[in-house]
Amino acid sequence: MDAPILSISGLRAVFRIPGRDIAAVQDVDLVIGSGETVALVGESGSGKSVTSLSIIGLLPKKIGRIAEGSIALRRRDGTVTELTGLDPESLRKVRGNDIGMVFQEPMTSLNPVYSIGEQIAEPIRIHLGKSHRDAATDAVRLLAQVGIPDPDRRARQYPHELSGGMRQRATIAMALSCDPTLLIADEPTTALDVTIQAQILDLLAALQAQRGMGILFVTHNLGVVAEIADRVAVMYAGRIVESGPVSEVFTRPRHPYTAGLMRSVPRLGQATTLKAAGTPLPTIAGNVPSLALLPKGCSFAPRCALAVDACRTAVPPLFAATSTQQSRCLRWEDL
Amino acid sequence: MDAPFLSVRNLTKHFAPTAFSRGPAVRALQDISFDIARGQVVGLVGESGSGKTTIGRSVLRLIEPTSGEIRFDGVDITSLSAGPLARQRRKMQYIFQDPFASLSPRMTIGQILTEGLDIQGIGNRRERRARAEKALAAVELPVDAYDRYAHEFSGGQRQRIGIARALTLEPEFIVADEPVSALDVSIQAQIINLLRDLQVRLGLTMLFISHDLAVVEYICDTVIVLYLGRIMEVAPAAALYARPQHPYTRALLSAIPSLDPLARQGRQVLKGDIPSPANPPTGCVFRTRCPVALDACAGVVPPLRATSDGHLKACIRDDIA
Repeated sequence: MDAPILSISGLRAVFRIPGRDIAAVQDVDLVIGSGETVALVGESGSGKSVTSLSIIGLLPKKIGRIAEGSIALRRRDGTVTELTGLDPESLRKVRGNDIGMVFQEPMTSLNPVYSIGEQIAEPIRIHLGKSHRDAATDAVRLLAQVGIPDPDRRARQYPHELSGGMRQRATIAMALSCDPTLLIADEPTTALDVTIQAQILDLLAALQAQRGMGILFVTHNLGVVAEIADRVAVMYAGRIVESGPVSEVFTRPRHPYTAGLMRSVPRLGQATTLKAAGTPLPTIAGNVPSLALLPKGCSFAPRCALAVDACRTAVPPLFAATSTQQSRCLRWEDL
Repeated sequence: MDAPFLSVRNLTKHFAPTAFSRGPAVRALQDISFDIARGQVVGLVGESGSGKTTIGRSVLRLIEPTSGEIRFDGVDITSLSAGPLARQRRKMQYIFQDPFASLSPRMTIGQILTEGLDIQGIGNRRERRARAEKALAAVELPVDAYDRYAHEFSGGQRQRIGIARALTLEPEFIVADEPVSALDVSIQAQIINLLRDLQVRLGLTMLFISHDLAVVEYICDTVIVLYLGRIMEVAPAAALYARPQHPYTRALLSAIPSLDPLARQGRQVLKGDIPSPANPPTGCVFRTRCPVALDACAGVVPPLRATSDGHLKACIRDDIA
């Protein structure tokens, strides 16, 4: 069998604040196979974006670094490269080439003074060594593939001339320009309206079916996870607290945080029943802890209704709840 | 029957092109009419550019409408001069979306909460402080927050401060503009519960603006669906979700990603983009993306009229229900 596209183990990424290092992400293990979509889901500060930035070596330069762990990527030629040890120049040859990236805000990830076509052609010239003319032809073809009508004309336009949804399609075309094995999509639909979000999710699923790339999809939206992902890893305060196939995790969450998160999402058609009964919406009490002041033991224990004394002494390991589903909760059997 | 507490008639707002933008005026709102009865919560939902915030700001006259009438508690506020308007505003407050941008980093929470009372000349120092502390208690924040600064609080706590600021003037009417959109899921539900609780306890009348239909459902009695500056459908919250009538409402509900894998079957994805409000389609503004549009939809703007089960909808296709 082929090696997985991406294999992360024991990742620990730290940020330096005066006097000490704070772990933004720790004990993260994650595997993505070809043609597979894995969602990293969590709230602000949970470490989902830091994980994706670690993979592409874009942690904030002076203060952030990978302290421990390994990130192995299977590249287009089939070789497996360890990304954590790479020098900046070698990493640059991977980024935008074997790994494509799509970010939240299409306006800020496009350069306002270059045409759309030039921006898509640039990585094709740099990474694949094609001529200006060939790269420009490729750019128009890619724009057509991501569903942009009249791609010839659009390639000559500038980002401000496109709508938000069109711009996000253009950044997807750019991410796919060198036929990556891994696509990292960090909140790619968060800035979009729901009708446009539905279009972009459909597009990503169709492109993946054609190309067989692995997708790491970072989002805070559980509904989006249910739509697009095969497997999900739920992060809380820098650690993965639960992971498994979406169908299993969402039908039977085995971590109280996942369960609480799923209950807190307002669902269509349900609220009127609650309101009629005078029942408040379910919530998770308290706030997400600061990474600098994490409690001892399980980080979720202070907000957890199931917490027992043992939860407050040591960080729980990941338990295998089923052959495919893992939970970092001592009481996973009680859920 | 009582006159409605807030009554908006034929509200239209066009933004003229500025020095650096050529082209036609942006038609942000076209002929918007609706009422809110005292103690009711009306939700405004729609996508970017639909005019939600423009309506919210217009009803407090934070921006000047191009034409139309806004009656608040019987007074037409579109014709008020500055003095009487300021006195009316005492009864109307605004809660903003972004709890980071809407609180000054240089003022203590106490200063933020009492600023409105200062401007309105209400009470002496001690009374103002007492009112601010009462508002802090109402939003379940500790009283010692009074002497602290906004940066010391989390996003959810800041939004509570924003709500407390709206409450210190003891308003009768509140516009809540995307009050939970910037918050994490687990915090969102806390703030929605708080707003609902305050609304019931204080008998507030509210205009609740959101792009998230699921959020609106819990807090609103009636929901207005907007698209490109026009009203598409108006219905009681429960009925809107159970039996959406307008094709746009159906598409919007269908586009929301669901945790339930079964709900994903038969999802309908709208084609194309929202047109520019500077150059909206003729006739029905939704027709360019509507899956059931006819040639006749391009002809005239469909009037908002009552359907058999108490909805109002602006669509000529009665045969699709």
